[in-house]
Amino acid sequence: MVTMTWQLKVDENFCGATGMCAALAPDLFELGARDAHAHPVKPEIDPDELALDAADQCPMQAITVLEDGKEIGPRP
Amino acid sequence: MTVAYPFNEPGSLELHEAYYEAQKTPGMLRVRMPHGEPAWLATRYEDVRFVLGDRRFSRAMAATHDEPRMQAGRVDSGILLMDPPDHTRLRTLVAKAFTVRRVEELRPRAREIATDLVKDMVAAGPPVDLVDMFALSLPVAVICELLGVPVEDRPKFRVWSDNVLSTSRLTAEQFVASRNELRDYMHGLIEDHRAAPRDDLISALIEARDERDRLSELELVDLCNGILVAGHETTASQIPNFLVTLFEHPESMAKLRSDPSLIPGAVEELMRFVPLGVVGGFARYATEDVLVGDVLVREGEPVMVSVGAANRDAERFSAPTTLRVDEPPDQHMGFGHGVHHCLGAALARMELQEALRVLLTELPNLHMAGDIVWKTELLVRGPLRMPVGW
Repeated sequence: MVTMTWQLKVDENFCGATGMCAALAPDLFELGARDAHAHPVKPEIDPDELALDAADQCPMQAITVLEDGKEIGPRP
Repeated sequence: MTVAYPFNEPGSLELHEAYYEAQKTPGMLRVRMPHGEPAWLATRYEDVRFVLGDRRFSRAMAATHDEPRMQAGRVDSGILLMDPPDHTRLRTLVAKAFTVRRVEELRPRAREIATDLVKDMVAAGPPVDLVDMFALSLPVAVICELLGVPVEDRPKFRVWSDNVLSTSRLTAEQFVASRNELRDYMHGLIEDHRAAPRDDLISALIEARDERDRLSELELVDLCNGILVAGHETTASQIPNFLVTLFEHPESMAKLRSDPSLIPGAVEELMRFVPLGVVGGFARYATEDVLVGDVLVREGEPVMVSVGAANRDAERFSAPTTLRVDEPPDQHMGFGHGVHHCLGAALARMELQEALRVLLTELPNLHMAGDIVWKTELLVRGPLRMPVGW
């Protein structure tokens, strides 16, 4: 049986630390103290719709979700 | 001790001394607004960011509590009264229309509108009211085109929009009546779009409802109204607010005139510097006991947050009361924080940048030509009328 994993990336050049992802999906994303940008709690996760929601909603479009290397979020 | 809130008379852009005092005092203030139950008030950057970003704080709970507020009537539906996952479901439907990429596609059109408005001002001759002839017209035109609302309906929806954001004028019954008129108006527009779909956000949301059942009819109506109201009043207030601030800081104005490439950074600094809200943002309710700094907020207690104060917290920003247009701040909270971070932030940034660019480059001698009349009955600060010449 093939188990799929998803990879989460936050582009720090775009991230504005709006807190959207960390508030929406605290198990997947967190903000560092003060000036730090958001980053994934773990770079690889089991498939989780909430990761796609976070990528869709990021005001800065800084989040990418990949499935075995193929971009699946943000959704078109 | 519980203190009366808000502190400020809204007829200025000053941040009341009581906010700075509160920042220097341990804990949070207890405040009471004209209506609703007492609340905690967070004023420090760290506390505000924590409350807005932590899921143990709920907006939906406000619906079942006596929410602190300015007027007797209250908004009892809409995306600002939702938590995830309902909030996520609606926000996902509209987020695509407000991404940085999509907004950049609208920039040339916004610039064209702004340029035409300045031409109209010049043709009318000085003095003109900048609010009526420019500051309102630009965001109204942009949001109407994006959403699919006829721009000539502006006199109608301006009245309803003012009523939603009013702080004193209306009784609870009048508030509900005005809200219902706005709903009826939007319902009519939606029916019109249903019969004849076009390339706009109302049509896209109708498709999400009718073909994918992603939202209810009332959610659709309230979402469109929320975008219409929030989509113009705030930007329309900040355009003159930014100009008032720049007139008070002529050296900053001169820097922007000589180097317009500073404008995007200046917009961020002005978003930090200008306290737009008269009161702290909508109260967040603790869904369990939560420690905010060293204050234990009990389950069911509301916390209000002052973004305007947080943006001038000396613990977070060096020289917070100094305007530095050539040194954009890192991570101000002028657009809020967390799941309710302003949906239209990218659109507002773009419109504010284009507004300043066009006004400063096309009207090199823009100046005040009379006294400002301030709004005194709205949740957002800003000039009601602002006579300018050039």
